[in-house]
Amino acid sequence: MKILVPVKRVVDTNVKIRVKADGTGVDLANVKMSMNPFDEIAVEEALRLKEAGKATEVVVVSIGSDKSAETLRTGLAMGADRAVLVKTDAASVEPLAVAKLLKAVIATEQPGLVILGKQAIDDDSNQTGQMLAALLGWPQATFASKVVIGDGTVDVTREIDGGLETLQLKLPAIVTTDLRLNEPRYASLPNIMKAKKKPLDETTPEALGVDAAPRLTVLKTVEPTGRTAGVKLGSVDELVAKLKQAGVL
Amino acid sequence: MATLIIAEHDDVHLNEATAKALSAAQALGKPIDILVAGHQAKAVADAAAQLAGVRTVLLADGESLANRRAEPLADLVLSLADKYEAIVAPATSAGKNVAPRVAALLDVMQVSEITKVVAPDTFERPIYAGNAIETVQTSDKKLVLTVRIAAFPAAATGGNAAIETIAAPADAGLSRFVGAELSVSDRPELASARVIVSGGRALGSADKFQEVIAPLADQLKAAIGASRAAVDAGYAPNDWQVGQTGKVVAPELYIAVGISGAIQHLAGMKDSKVIVAINKDGDAPIFQVADYGLVDDLFTVVPALTKALAN
Repeated sequence: MKILVPVKRVVDTNVKIRVKADGTGVDLANVKMSMNPFDEIAVEEALRLKEAGKATEVVVVSIGSDKSAETLRTGLAMGADRAVLVKTDAASVEPLAVAKLLKAVIATEQPGLVILGKQAIDDDSNQTGQMLAALLGWPQATFASKVVIGDGTVDVTREIDGGLETLQLKLPAIVTTDLRLNEPRYASLPNIMKAKKKPLDETTPEALGVDAAPRLTVLKTVEPTGRTAGVKLGSVDELVAKLKQAGVL
Repeated sequence: MATLIIAEHDDVHLNEATAKALSAAQALGKPIDILVAGHQAKAVADAAAQLAGVRTVLLADGESLANRRAEPLADLVLSLADKYEAIVAPATSAGKNVAPRVAALLDVMQVSEITKVVAPDTFERPIYAGNAIETVQTSDKKLVLTVRIAAFPAAATGGNAAIETIAAPADAGLSRFVGAELSVSDRPELASARVIVSGGRALGSADKFQEVIAPLADQLKAAIGASRAAVDAGYAPNDWQVGQTGKVVAPELYIAVGISGAIQHLAGMKDSKVIVAINKDGDAPIFQVADYGLVDDLFTVVPALTKALAN
């Protein structure tokens, strides 16, 4: 079975982003970019399934500019076998368009399982996996904390409000990852070197026949109204008095 | 045309998230129906009918809708979609699971986790863990929205909507519910609690977490939350996690104990009305958002606070 893992290049999770003063967006110039952390977990899970003999090939896919090739190389360095870049210079490709592009890639690749991050930490949409499942007519298990491949099925334990839930899906299926599914590996230097020689195919939305035009217009982007630091108090009694004053006790 | 809200429930109780999604839906200015999709969920429909400003409650009751698996639930919503201009779900784990599936089937780009309705086609939503707020306008003819429940008040009760029974969809058999391990607790629900006491990695162990945090939470009748670090370390269950990728909360009082305040955690609690931080590191970022801080050892301060509140 082949596993497909879509990955997104996003602002590194440790970067404190700045909103442009003119309200036109977030300043991404000279900011460190990395693979979306949930996608790293997805790559790791696919690799573990391959290492356990449950999968034969792991293919990573990204949608974006030339720079997204670096993100794909990260996936290859972790251990993925091949990469596909759907190249576009569009400033933003929305989850619905991403799902359509992935569907077109899947028509060629024919994976038995697609593992995605549950959300990207830039737009925080949490949509792509569910949308892809819908467009393919496949079952979905979002927010996975455990994935067990069976005979033509996959059992997925999901993190839900109130606890955990386990679903069994018929393959092919869509799984999206939550934080506690695994701890992604670091790529070793020899593997980073090896990754440079692994195949990376390119295609485009036009070649895939997908209209990736956005449906949403961002009118403005602003900083949230900040909180200002309050006061540090000297004792528990002082704290109790302040909380009583504030009327929250 | 009207708005359809997908109710959040467990077949027994209507979750308050539904009433909050209703507040957001009211700002769209159209008649509102609520869909209760479940199994033996009549009591939930009765509760939904009492929410103020609801036109009709649609009750779809069948085995395929037990546990709200995305595939049959999305098929059901899709079959109703012709009659609605907007489909709204609270951004709970169930809502986030099904709404994008519905949106894709309708060829609509969903607007996720709205925090404000600016106009019927324009919304505010947080991005980058709440470090930026974008205002987006949709060009789609239909709307699919999820609503950040911490950002809206619960709609009032006092309504008396008609309940209309509709057929549950057939199960295509793509997925099967195997089981669930749900935490049982007498405490208020984290997402809607008035007071939350949250613990971080500084608690040091699951036992200490319980020993220090629980008595204070009991005293305040509070829900218990946790930082990602505490959950990852196994001190607290996953559904207690507050933050960008966990629960986003906005209680009257949030007490952060031994939490340093990573931006991902702040994203989940910085809209709380009053924030208290207890941490022995006076430079911890949590103090930058806290109204009141105590720079001290949590193992002495928290029991002392519990005791002071009891008196």
